[in-house]
Amino acid sequence: MSKTNVKHRAKMTPRAKNEAVWGLAFVAPTMIGLIILNFIPVFQTIWQSFCKTGDFGKGNIFIGLKNYQNMLTGSASAEMWQSLWNTIKYTLVQVPFSIAIAILLAVLLNRKIKGRSAYRTIFFLPMVCAPAAVAMVWKWIYNQQFGLLNNLFHTNTAWISNPKIAWLSIAIIGIWSAIGYNMVLFIGGLQEIPHDYYEAALIDGANGWQQFWNITWPLLSPTTFFILQTGLIGALTVFDLMFMVMDKTNMALSKTESIVYLFYTYSFTENNKGAGATIVVILVLFIMLITFILQKAEKKFVYHP
Amino acid sequence: MKSYKAKKTASTVFIHIFLIFISVVMIVPFVWMILTALKTNQEAISVNPFYIFPHAGWHWENFGTVWKSYNFLILYKNTLLLIFFRVVCACLTATMAGYAFGRLKFPGKNFLFSLVLIQMMIPSQIFIIPQYTMISKLGALNSMFGLVFPGLVTAFGTYLLKVGYEGLPKDLEEAATIDGCNVGQRFLYIMMPLTRSSMVSLGIFTAVFAFKDLMWPMIAAPNAEATTLSAALAKMQGQYSNDYPSMMAAAVLAILPMVIIYVIFQKQFVEGIATSGGKL
Repeated sequence: MSKTNVKHRAKMTPRAKNEAVWGLAFVAPTMIGLIILNFIPVFQTIWQSFCKTGDFGKGNIFIGLKNYQNMLTGSASAEMWQSLWNTIKYTLVQVPFSIAIAILLAVLLNRKIKGRSAYRTIFFLPMVCAPAAVAMVWKWIYNQQFGLLNNLFHTNTAWISNPKIAWLSIAIIGIWSAIGYNMVLFIGGLQEIPHDYYEAALIDGANGWQQFWNITWPLLSPTTFFILQTGLIGALTVFDLMFMVMDKTNMALSKTESIVYLFYTYSFTENNKGAGATIVVILVLFIMLITFILQKAEKKFVYHP
Repeated sequence: MKSYKAKKTASTVFIHIFLIFISVVMIVPFVWMILTALKTNQEAISVNPFYIFPHAGWHWENFGTVWKSYNFLILYKNTLLLIFFRVVCACLTATMAGYAFGRLKFPGKNFLFSLVLIQMMIPSQIFIIPQYTMISKLGALNSMFGLVFPGLVTAFGTYLLKVGYEGLPKDLEEAATIDGCNVGQRFLYIMMPLTRSSMVSLGIFTAVFAFKDLMWPMIAAPNAEATTLSAALAKMQGQYSNDYPSMMAAAVLAILPMVIIYVIFQKQFVEGIATSGGKL
């Protein structure tokens, strides 16, 4: 802030005063809303994670770090670590594949090609569909006895009840849902790359692959980084797909349930809000750690001309 | 030259084959949803022979049966109202705050805007338990207010609109000030109409998000008469998990309105969701 600005502030002209009043009045609804809906709840959740819900769901009784102890090393720890691992496995498959396929599609569609907008419309379609409905039809496709997949390929795979592959089947739904959205963002990124670069490369005799690695990939890296960041957070908080695809009686549930699924079960099915709050605090800390690492990696990953 | 052209045609053919393959993968679940919805349950679970298309007639009446037994009219009404209120609240509060952050000087501006940015970085799951406690204390479970509640204001929308307002030329407002407009008039008559595209993006983004959301309506409106399409699907699946045609008919009914609107306004949808996402 410059010196003149400070002076200006100290002696507010009537006009500046007027503007300040309007400004505060305009941000008031949003700020009050954010404080009530978001900022106070953050502290309430943290507080709740140090409490247990009293009998008949009444009141919070302070129990210190017991919830954390229970979650990280105690009786609930096996399920907690398993669900964290499930979530990480899902993320490690869903994010890279949805990005790689989306880049490929974006590069192919970012040229004069027939049916360009038709392809785009089709690929983007899952983005406007309720995940609940999407998950329902995939569950039906994956059905071991009557499902489309096993019948078409004459296999007998237990896509969603074999603990070894169920998480992968769900990750496939996640990839299928995300590629269209990622692709549209990538097309936006590609359109910002000046065309001259490719012309110069062509004169130098670079082939398509060399053009991609030396021009497209570095210049697209801000978009890629953004999608990586939001995609990671989205995948680490996945819930709908697990909830809709995995029945409570499914043998593979414990090997697929995500951490947000576990949070939902504790908080709203078992009504153990203290444990639920603990899980969500651990999740948020984990995501903050990932975000921090990503910010550090940003300088190396993103190409700054 | 000729060989170059032939090579180019060949690669175009390969590209189309690949794109068509992906298109088929994207479309098949939707087609299968519709085809299953038109079968009898017996046919849906007949393995030998395996029918792709309905064999024993096309049972369009499945949709009518599902419509009645799950009371889709109420589900549509609830979902539509939820979308309406969320979009109105988001656009109204975000355009005001966005204008103030983007164009006005007032004390505490930087601090308050940093709160907006912080909110955008926190995963929303951490808000849910206290939000639920609040609406249950207010007696607003199973009410429209309860459903709309977390979306009364939007940090993301505020950010989006702030960027929109910042991009507008300065002279416009100065001219209006000389003409004697106060801040409110400048905002309402000059600046706000110019951010229409940002508002449309925010509106579409908010609508699609409200439509897709599953966890909040399940928590805030568990009753069948108060809930939304998404949450109702979850409930149906729990109750009728073996009647595949009915479930697929319900899924088709749940996504059809949004898909139709999307196909008509695809340009606005794709751009709206992508620009919202891209500016995040």
